[in-house]
Amino acid sequence: MLKEKRAADIEKVLAKYPPERKRSAVMPLLYIAQEEYGYCSDEAIREVAEIIGCDPTEVKSIVGFYTMFYEQPVGKYVIDVCDDLPCALRGAGQFVTYCEKKLGIRAGQTTPDGKFTLNTVMCIAACDRAPVAQVNREYRYDLTEASFDRMLDELSRS
Amino acid sequence: MSRFYGTKYKTMDRHVLLRDVDVPDIREYDVYVANGGYAAWKKALTTMTPDEVINVVKDSGLRGRGGAGFPAGMKWSFIPKDIFPKYVVVNGDESEAGTFKDHQIIDGNPHQLIEGVALCAYAVQANTSYIYLRGEFYEPAQTLQRAIDEAYAHGMLGKNVLGSGFDLDVHIHLGAGAYICGEETALLSSLEGQLGQPRLRPPFPAVQGLYAKPTVINNVETLANVPPIVMHGAQWYRQYGTEKSPGTKVFCVSGRVNKPGNYELPLGKYTIRELIEMAGGTIDGRPVKGVLPAGSSAPILPAPLLDTKLDYESIQAAGSILGSASFVILDDTVDIVWAARKMVRFFKHESCGKCTPCREGTYWALKLYDKILSGHGTLADVDMIGEVAGQMAGKCFCLLGEFATSPMQSTLKHFRAEYEAFIANHQGGTMNGYADELIREGVIAGPEGVIAHH
Amino acid sequence: MADLVNLTIDGVPVSVPKGTLVVDAAKTIGNDIPVFCYHPKLKPVGMCRMCLVDIGMPKIDPATKQPVRDEQGNVVIAFLPKLTTACTTPVSEGMVVRTATEQVRAAREDILEFLLTSHPLDCPICDKGGECPLQNLTLGFGPTVSRFDYDAKFHNEKHVPLGDLIYLDRERCIQCSRCIRFQDEIADDHVLQFHDRGRGMEIITFSDPPFDSYFGGNTTDICPVGALTTADFRFKARPWELASTPSLCTHCPVGCNITLNTRLETKFGDYEIKRIMPRQNEQVNEIWICDKGRYAHHFTRARDRLRQPMIRRDGRLVEATWEQALQLVSDRLKAAGTSVAAVIGDRIANEDAYLVAKLMRALNGAIGMSPSVPAHYADVARAFGVGAHANFARLGKGDVILVVNGDVEEQAPVWFLRLRQAVVDRGAALVIAHSHSTKMHRYARTIHRYAPGYAAQWVADRSAELIAKESLKDARNLLIVFGDEQLDGPGARALAQGLANVLIATGHAGQADSGLLPLYPHANTQGVFDMIAGTTATSNGANGKAGIDARSSLANSRFAVAWLIGVGDASDAPSAEFTVVQELFMTALAQQADVVLPALSFAEREGTLTSGDRRVQRFYRALPPLGEARPDWWIAQEIAKRLGYPWGFQGPLHIFADLARSIPHYHGLSYEVISESGPQWPPMGRGDLYYGGTVYDNTGGLGARYAGDAERDPAGVRPYDWAAPEPTIAGLERRLRPLYRDGELIRRSAVLASHIVPAPEAA
Ligand SMILES: Cc1cc2nc3c(=O)[nH]c(=O)nc-3n(C[C@H](O)[C@H](O)[C@H](O)COP(=O)(O)O)c2cc1C
Ligand code: SF4
Ligand code: FES
Repeated sequence: MLKEKRAADIEKVLAKYPPERKRSAVMPLLYIAQEEYGYCSDEAIREVAEIIGCDPTEVKSIVGFYTMFYEQPVGKYVIDVCDDLPCALRGAGQFVTYCEKKLGIRAGQTTPDGKFTLNTVMCIAACDRAPVAQVNREYRYDLTEASFDRMLDELSRS
Repeated sequence: MSRFYGTKYKTMDRHVLLRDVDVPDIREYDVYVANGGYAAWKKALTTMTPDEVINVVKDSGLRGRGGAGFPAGMKWSFIPKDIFPKYVVVNGDESEAGTFKDHQIIDGNPHQLIEGVALCAYAVQANTSYIYLRGEFYEPAQTLQRAIDEAYAHGMLGKNVLGSGFDLDVHIHLGAGAYICGEETALLSSLEGQLGQPRLRPPFPAVQGLYAKPTVINNVETLANVPPIVMHGAQWYRQYGTEKSPGTKVFCVSGRVNKPGNYELPLGKYTIRELIEMAGGTIDGRPVKGVLPAGSSAPILPAPLLDTKLDYESIQAAGSILGSASFVILDDTVDIVWAARKMVRFFKHESCGKCTPCREGTYWALKLYDKILSGHGTLADVDMIGEVAGQMAGKCFCLLGEFATSPMQSTLKHFRAEYEAFIANHQGGTMNGYADELIREGVIAGPEGVIAHH
Repeated sequence: MADLVNLTIDGVPVSVPKGTLVVDAAKTIGNDIPVFCYHPKLKPVGMCRMCLVDIGMPKIDPATKQPVRDEQGNVVIAFLPKLTTACTTPVSEGMVVRTATEQVRAAREDILEFLLTSHPLDCPICDKGGECPLQNLTLGFGPTVSRFDYDAKFHNEKHVPLGDLIYLDRERCIQCSRCIRFQDEIADDHVLQFHDRGRGMEIITFSDPPFDSYFGGNTTDICPVGALTTADFRFKARPWELASTPSLCTHCPVGCNITLNTRLETKFGDYEIKRIMPRQNEQVNEIWICDKGRYAHHFTRARDRLRQPMIRRDGRLVEATWEQALQLVSDRLKAAGTSVAAVIGDRIANEDAYLVAKLMRALNGAIGMSPSVPAHYADVARAFGVGAHANFARLGKGDVILVVNGDVEEQAPVWFLRLRQAVVDRGAALVIAHSHSTKMHRYARTIHRYAPGYAAQWVADRSAELIAKESLKDARNLLIVFGDEQLDGPGARALAQGLANVLIATGHAGQADSGLLPLYPHANTQGVFDMIAGTTATSNGANGKAGIDARSSLANSRFAVAWLIGVGDASDAPSAEFTVVQELFMTALAQQADVVLPALSFAEREGTLTSGDRRVQRFYRALPPLGEARPDWWIAQEIAKRLGYPWGFQGPLHIFADLARSIPHYHGLSYEVISESGPQWPPMGRGDLYYGGTVYDNTGGLGARYAGDAERDPAGVRPYDWAAPEPTIAGLERRLRPLYRDGELIRRSAVLASHIVPAPEAA
């Protein structure tokens, strides 16, 4: 149960918003739930709904609207490579193709060992450092095939 | 731990906004204060009335840097005086393709943003501020949170700031991947825990914003301008820029140039051509084909317009918008049809779905582009793209849908011949370099014969 | 009027109240601006963009603040640069609206074409076909050919059960959000939402249980396409095959106006109800009904309906002719003298109850009603009920709604909707006193609790304090909704009297929008009481048993003959040597009877009902009679004839005229008066292409409310001298009334099976 496991974090989040506006906490709480469950599982959604006092349908709707909330289990590392226009002008397309080959999956898929999920994403506000990716929301700038290999090695070992 | 962001190109003797270029560690509280930080905040709290703060910002002519260019001081003056609580909401959604200026300000110079937020809050007498950052700014958010914590620790935020009796709380709220949440009313809905879809105006946020209370919404860069304005005055600020576009502006340059990055420049001083030169010129010195002055949302300006000056009025006169000033440079190696499709795909992906023309129009348009890009297009499809864009234009609920027509209409206007050539050269399903991309996006079947679904 | 705004629409001058939306203003002059997302009962959202029009405003000189005029002296109109949504724009003085320009016409065609790109165009198999706004608008404004590549169509699931009552066809949905907004704004069950975004946006439910709301069926009415259908009606009939008959819902005291849609079923050679739809009556149910009213109609053509009179022979009930049965009953009544009792169920129509009561009066017999508890307080509710011209839509800021001992959503669902809106949307204050939480508690300003069964005690102890603390004397109006849950007769009467005294003490007795609103068990509790009390008033007490005022239940007495008409609860039946049961089904009581007489259901006959707020309304015959079953009034008249009272009424109309003459409260009422139907605003009937789709116009009459005693004779108002009796605590659970409590009628609607709340074991 989130309420027990992450009590302090939940409290901190709720404290940011007026007490009668608990619903504002839905996104921060979903991040917490996602950290705990790996994705926004049905159970997680119902728990969040209970904390903010609304119907689970409303929370599910929020989960479905935003790309950063996952409705299905994802890999331990989620690699989001930007292939939007500015990055694509600097080789992001070919870079993603390389990532796909290297991981043996297509964008949108997870490696069979459950370690990596590869996604392409829209512009992530770092176009001058293309190709650029985020791994579990941390930026990786100025990527090359070689640095991608090194990164995978590093992550595979951890 | 987070890696700090920012390509540091020195474009001014003393930067107004990108001060991390001049002072590497200015993100630290002590360094910021040693370099004049929080002096404006002290000055306002101890010597200025809220109205005086509004007036100096009004006089400075500072225009919103989030896209619309609306005068900031004027916006603040719309806030009703007698309704409480009020809110200041900072727009750090920065999701326009090619925009990465707020990213650098938050990461490199966070205290200047916080000080700007504080000044704004004081000016409109709001005691709570939410800084809405796009969900991908998870790392910058940590930097900013650390800076906020420092500001609290030094009594710059919190209860009874500097003994003035003014209370101010500043909170960060992270989005979760939705371009539309940069639109101010969608942002408010998102912050309220509702679907991030835009809402009707009126009522405007100044009257009924967050929690139906009076709310100022400003962009990160806009507010970062405020401390130097309050400190040095409107006249000082107006030494930069033009009469109608005063001040400096961060120009994000990306695409086919050698030194992509953020360039802070006085508005109206340089031309697009000069900006490209500052950014190291195009890769391999190829000729420029066109420039998007505000990412995917702005109509493309073709090469002959490169001598347009970099300010709101000039870019508008040239047929585009300055918006967030995210210059995406396309050279002659870039296939315009492919680039237009990329942008249309962006809008189709980011359409919130609330209104019919945007929801259906972006879907339809992308289908047409898919058909052309995968080598099955006809000239009738090209005309149809124009029709669909025309059918959307002027009918959408918010500007996202209107923006979506820009890449279609402007590339058709300036580069129709390229569309026709593309169709002639890609008959019968040939797609040259685009196969990987089209397979990835589920437009055509991969070698395994499966169509991916997204 | 000062707050009228003048504008022109396509050159036609219009004056409408301030705040009116352009779309509604146009409607008043018959200019139907097409809409999809807009619905007059929901807040405007401006999503679908169908209603785009050209709007201009007088150009104002910034210096003089006066309109600028051209050389000819005409006001210069500045048109907005873009078309504007008529559904979100309020009118303003001097506004000029153009709806007939080429630009507007093109915009309508554009939006329709967009909507149709992802619509499956499966009208031939769609339940909405024939009454579909999308279909209508496409014919009216749509493009003639689709330029969209059919292969590129967006495909989606076509059969998504959102619960066991509502199915969603995702392909047909046009994302207008009417269903979501109905559930959020009106029903307050947030069980529908959008999921995903852009073209992927679709309706979902993720609630537990899924789409479960007492009002869910309404979403299928207001859905402007065939995306939402009821499990009950889906694929059952095409709308144009259906006959429609105005009727009334018989399940609760609200008196919702409904339309029965019937069709001849060749399968078994008979007509049946295919569906029930709301019929617009802004005074009663607006355009809504609850799901019980919508689905609990299958009893009307249930296989096990009684079709033939039966007589007990050699211990067994065997079929008989009417002649045999009526003769037998008449003989037994004749022999019984005054030792006869009639008990009338509170769903029986006024005309029928009246004839039975009239006969019992002639025979000097005893008469009661079932359930018996309301008989103890219906006179109080009538005396201090809401005014004849009360209007729930007026309740709002400054008014107080006090709910005591009743669960409004369970017992009068549509009143729940209306009172909730008065509180949530218009700012009335809500004060609740109850032994347990109800949905209404969500909106309460103050909540009071007492032990189950102790409602009257609570009023006795706390009403003075309540009046002071809640400033009830300052309330503009005071509406007191009360129920008899967990009370016995004396307790319920004491509660009603105590609450009436609150009205008196606060100066609200007899005021138009104030009064008592009783949560009676069924649709004609007040009417049956009125019929019995009105006819027996003179003979009250003649033999110590007659009269509805009887505080002692007939159930404890013994008679020679008992005649039970639509009595649902066996404990309401007196013991008798000879029992006649008049029924639709072979109920537990019927199985014990000596004679069983088959009656007609409400759908097979006409008559009137009196709602809990005393509105007398008509229902009409929609189905042919079933077998040999006969209306209750006919049976009563036949028995009376055999006992020497040849009344010769030709039918309910004729009977009503008689009862209106002899029962003072009904003076002045007639079938003409209650059949009157004025124009309804907003106009949403079937003639309307855009809103209703399937909501029915009110052709059957709006009904009329008779005045209560306090309103008629304010000078005669006296506080009751009352005390709270010790409650009977046994069987409290039995005295709760959830909406779907098991019963003879509801049980026969299989669609509701999983919702039925079993009746607790008798105490
Ligand atoms: C589709 C859309 C996306 C937008 N995205 C952003 C954004 O990412 N950041 C931003 O500051 N403003 C964005 N805006 C502009 C905001 O709506 C709003 O004008 C701005 O936050 C006001 O601040 P400013 O006056 O300081 O510029 C966007 C507008 C639209 C219509
Ligand atoms: S134009 Fe319409 S669908 Fe598009 S983002 Fe705005 S409201 Fe949403
Ligand atoms: S936008 Fe006006 S009816 Fe939908």
